[in-house]
Amino acid sequence: MIELQDIRKSFGDKEILKGVSAVMESGKVNLIIGSSGSGKTVMMKCIVGLMGVDSGKILYDNQDFTAMDEKEKKVIRQQIGMLFQGSALFDSMTVEQNVMFPLEMFGTGTLKEKKNRVAECLERVQLKDAAKKFPAEISGGMKKRVGIARAIVLNPKYLFCDEPNSGLDPQTSLLIDKLITELTKEYNITTVINTHDMNTVMESGDHIVYMYQGLKQWEGSNKDIVFSKDQRLNDFIFASEFLREAKEIRQLEMFKDGNWRNQLNKGEGKQP
Amino acid sequence: MEFRFFYHFGNFLIMLKGMFSRPENMKMYWKQFMQQCVDIGVGSFGIVFIISLFMGGVTTLQTAYQLVSPIIPKSTIAQVVRDTIILEFAPTLTSIVLAGVVGSKIASELGNMRISEQIDALEIMGINTKGYLIMPKILAGVLMIPILVCCAGFLGIYGGKEAGVLSGVISSEQFMQGLRQEFKAYNVFFAMAKSYTFGFIIASVSAYYGYNVSGGALEIGKASTTAVVVSCVLILFMDYALTAILL
Repeated sequence: MIELQDIRKSFGDKEILKGVSAVMESGKVNLIIGSSGSGKTVMMKCIVGLMGVDSGKILYDNQDFTAMDEKEKKVIRQQIGMLFQGSALFDSMTVEQNVMFPLEMFGTGTLKEKKNRVAECLERVQLKDAAKKFPAEISGGMKKRVGIARAIVLNPKYLFCDEPNSGLDPQTSLLIDKLITELTKEYNITTVINTHDMNTVMESGDHIVYMYQGLKQWEGSNKDIVFSKDQRLNDFIFASEFLREAKEIRQLEMFKDGNWRNQLNKGEGKQP
Repeated sequence: MEFRFFYHFGNFLIMLKGMFSRPENMKMYWKQFMQQCVDIGVGSFGIVFIISLFMGGVTTLQTAYQLVSPIIPKSTIAQVVRDTIILEFAPTLTSIVLAGVVGSKIASELGNMRISEQIDALEIMGINTKGYLIMPKILAGVLMIPILVCCAGFLGIYGGKEAGVLSGVISSEQFMQGLRQEFKAYNVFFAMAKSYTFGFIIASVSAYYGYNVSGGALEIGKASTTAVVVSCVLILFMDYALTAILL
């Protein structure tokens, strides 16, 4: 579980995060959504420690990450896997070597065991045949999957994905979402995804934090979001006519399920 | 300008300080160091080979052109060529060329890693990126550039001899005699002191500019150019300073 307590971050005079608090639970896909410039990328960078916060606390399973020294942070970081927007694969290494890298650096066990683990991870992301290829020789979707394999090779407790669907076709996007969701449930990982993709929001969002101008505007699940009365959130999520119609259809389906009253109440989400 | 100098110098020192931490896995650091040695040493040998041969040849011919007095023995040409190459051409000219070849490679490699978030990926894994990426480059630079300078010295003198003999300005025996004339081992020490200093400058300055790139592809090119220019200026400055201090 990751807990954010009133985190604030400024660049010069510009305050990017204006006191955000949230709880990212383990075994759930936690999404951070919001329009460009809303502060979600900065928030993710602060959570993983690529940027320091000005004030507030970030707790990894009740351990205060913001108060740790570099040595203690390293221990936490070795439990983190991250999938970057551009995959961030090492160009000079093959797919297999990329996935092997964290194991070589931190892993214990024999070379055979490490190779088996790499094969297992590549199998998991359906990329066993591409093991000997270089990143320049594979597609964007495959790169993302290699990034996922590299992120999970050390069995992380926390998985961060920065816009995992950007630049991918809808089918590949769905495949990536499915893979992340499955891994989250399978290994009980605390997954945090920073996304713009509405498919991801509707399909995978166990817990969603909607950011608006550096503040948490709304919080809830993908089921709550359909009944949300927050105008800003609705304008952001259901921006097109098609999506608005899809929302109404989803609402009708939920009414048919019979638990509409609960959903209607939940749809209010949690206001900051 | 003054403010920017102190800004960069301060950040440069912080970067150097940040390199020193316990390696996460010594074997991986060693692998990285050996890779850099190959990249810097073997990768640059070709250009050093060509430049040194021609540098020696030109030095011999120009020295012969200027020493026209019949009272000066021909062997003096070899003596002048030897000292010019050992004292100045091998360490300084080779380092200037290496600043372009090695410096731009280091800056663009690190710049590309920064822009494509590969450095962030390493940071998140819990790796000290300054230690893992920069330290091996600096150590490899400090080890391999003096070796290349030594090679440049030998090749320069050999090129000088061949050019002198082929053009008929000096015989092989006279050249060999001149090489042994008033040889001072201190000159070799001086050349090595310069090459270690230049090796450190090339690797560290280029790594600093590459590591701190922000922006896009254009900034990688700019960082590369800045790294080469700053390295060259610092090499020339240190060349003068070391000459004034050590000679």
